Amino acid sequence: MSTDTTPAGDGTRPAEDPLPRDAAYWAAPVSQLVAASEAARARGLDGKRLMGPQQGFGKLWRRSHRIPLTGVAMTPEAVVAQWKVRFGEFWPRGGRFHPSLGGIEPGEVAALDVGVGQVCVLSTGVFVIYADETSFAYMTPEGHALAAWITFSAEEDRGTTVADISMLLRTADPLVELPYVLGGARLEDRFWQATLRNLATAFGAEGPPPVETSVVCLDRRRQWAQARNVRHFGGVRTALRGFRAPRGG
Amino acid sequence: MQTARLETAVRRVDDDVVVISLVGDVTAASDGPLTEAYQEACGHGPRGIALDFSRLAYMNSGGIGMLVTLLVRAKRAHQRVAAFGLSDHYRQIFSLTRIDEAISLQDDEASALAAARGTVGTR
Repeated sequence: MSTDTTPAGDGTRPAEDPLPRDAAYWAAPVSQLVAASEAARARGLDGKRLMGPQQGFGKLWRRSHRIPLTGVAMTPEAVVAQWKVRFGEFWPRGGRFHPSLGGIEPGEVAALDVGVGQVCVLSTGVFVIYADETSFAYMTPEGHALAAWITFSAEEDRGTTVADISMLLRTADPLVELPYVLGGARLEDRFWQATLRNLATAFGAEGPPPVETSVVCLDRRRQWAQARNVRHFGGVRTALRGFRAPRGG
Repeated sequence: MQTARLETAVRRVDDDVVVISLVGDVTAASDGPLTEAYQEACGHGPRGIALDFSRLAYMNSGGIGMLVTLLVRAKRAHQRVAAFGLSDHYRQIFSLTRIDEAISLQDDEASALAAARGTVGTR
């Protein structure tokens, strides 16, 4: 970092700027989701708007989970390539992922069912906002319990490939905030920790070692102006169903 | 995807506004440089911050998260945040991720400074 006292120009970019390196990795802007699959339509995703953390209601959290794939001779690129193809396979029991035909590519909409607690299954979906060789990221739509960006990535750390799941999130509305604070967050952490253990086991990691989890509250204030998000909750197909303990968790 | 470190430059315009220039790649690894730049900017006690993206080379989903963290800090400090120098590509990303609802996007530095001061309407 430096302190620059040189007067700037007008800050506009030259018209001949080439496309940046990330151009192919981002989804095109969408005002509303178009659910191509029957699974996504059945979960009411068609026509929903995306919701990032700044559109959510609850406290702002950064929750990260990492697992070193010790003994696995796969590059981060190879891990993420497999992760994209086998994404739902690594989920614990209680969760089911329904990818679109296009797979995990920018702009795709995927449906999912996630067990919450012992009896409730939340049926909703996610939108792939970004995908490159070593990471991919989802953004949640209206009606999802969370207003979140979730990034799945792999990187090399001192000769070992490490798999990582990082979330930036607020709960979507007041109806979700209370149960989330009272135990939902812990259940969610367990879900992603189990996912990473399943991934590590599937790739033949030694151990596998424990998942390192980091939870940081970035903003303790709730965004009461977003409390009206509760009106979207009726669009979610939430059902009371049986729930089994996470596999490998 | 190989990424480069983010470089930042902090420039005090006057008592009210500071410009933070972002040069290079904004990724999840940019937390340190962004935090240092913001803290340096806050040392001038500004009411508003203008982010200069004209030399932004690359941004991934982790980088968007870092920007949101900066916006939260500014909001907590009751500071206005404006941005300028965004290419059409990055404007589209800000629209996709709905960050454009939390930050005032302007076409040039003069407009961004005015928005950061609160002397023009912000989106």
